[in-house]
Amino acid sequence: MTTDYKALKDGGFMRQIQKDRFSLRLKVVGGHLSSGQLRAVSDAADRFGSGHVHLTSRQGLEIPFIALADIEAVKEYLAQHGVEAGVCGPRVRTVTACQGAGVCPSGCIDTMALARRISERYFGRVLPHKFKFGVTGCRNNCLKAEENDLGVKGGYAVRWLSGPCSLCGVCAKACREGAISVGEREVSLDARKCNHCGRCVKACPTEAWEGQSGFLVSFGGLFGNRIAQGRGLLGLLTDAEDVLRISDAALDFFDRHGRPGERFRTVVERVGWEGLAEAVGGRP
Amino acid sequence: MSAKAPLPRPGATLDITDAVCPLTFVKAKVALEDLEAGQVISIRLNDGEPAQNLPRSLKDEGHAVLGLTDNGDGTFALLVRKGPA
Repeated sequence: MTTDYKALKDGGFMRQIQKDRFSLRLKVVGGHLSSGQLRAVSDAADRFGSGHVHLTSRQGLEIPFIALADIEAVKEYLAQHGVEAGVCGPRVRTVTACQGAGVCPSGCIDTMALARRISERYFGRVLPHKFKFGVTGCRNNCLKAEENDLGVKGGYAVRWLSGPCSLCGVCAKACREGAISVGEREVSLDARKCNHCGRCVKACPTEAWEGQSGFLVSFGGLFGNRIAQGRGLLGLLTDAEDVLRISDAALDFFDRHGRPGERFRTVVERVGWEGLAEAVGGRP
Repeated sequence: MSAKAPLPRPGATLDITDAVCPLTFVKAKVALEDLEAGQVISIRLNDGEPAQNLPRSLKDEGHAVLGLTDNGDGTFALLVRKGPA
């Protein structure tokens, strides 16, 4: 029987330089695993691998040194413990995320909830080339949103409330964009300078800044053979449904215009940013 | 808020202009621990990271930040009322 290496790769088994040994890529969403899953991965590495696990550059896990003969057995073993194989090849890859507002004091959005929704909707979807989603909770950008084909960054749409304000001046200092000025009677915000970081909301001692969570989406990031920063074509979106609707439109655009083996960024540059902007309802 | 209310007089002072993060926070935290709840301290700190971040850190610790005033010499005066224990 000949080995179908392509089918193996599609199912998460990466061929190693060692003959008939494979590194099994696992499905991880937002770098989040239960301790039970981790124990199962640990056991599987002992039983079927060489007793070690590799942490990938995008929050994934791989179990290297699995013998060709054990491929079905290791998948079955992991499945019994709630661990699925990942994917390789021309499809939607691991959705990465920082811990976000559920854990991090700086977080502006629930990154894990959004990452799970994105993963449920698109993970493994076949496209002209690989496609990476990344979700970061705030402007600190620990997850490097703009490196991804589609990146999402949390932010706040902010509004000053005169009632609770003590005019203490903390917000004007906390703002790194110089968008806030404190007068004798009121605080003013220069909306053109505001980058939605939400530092005024987080710093205000009297809850005089109201922040509505939102999403900043970037398109066409690359950080491999070619390095390019993803571009924002839309303002702050305050509804997670819009993020999914726009992601649908971006993937459909990729599907419709992409040639096999062509990354999303290259397609957008060939077809034109205006075309993508129109597809997602934004401005180039 | 109709106009700036007068700030209370501090009962204690602290100068952390010789410290850098995270010692700025540590020094402020230690100084606040020595106060009674409700007491007010004036903390002199440098412009930049301390002025941007210390007010938020002390708020997160449960203290009331009353004011941040530019001293005009590259330092700021942060007025803080110690929160309930």
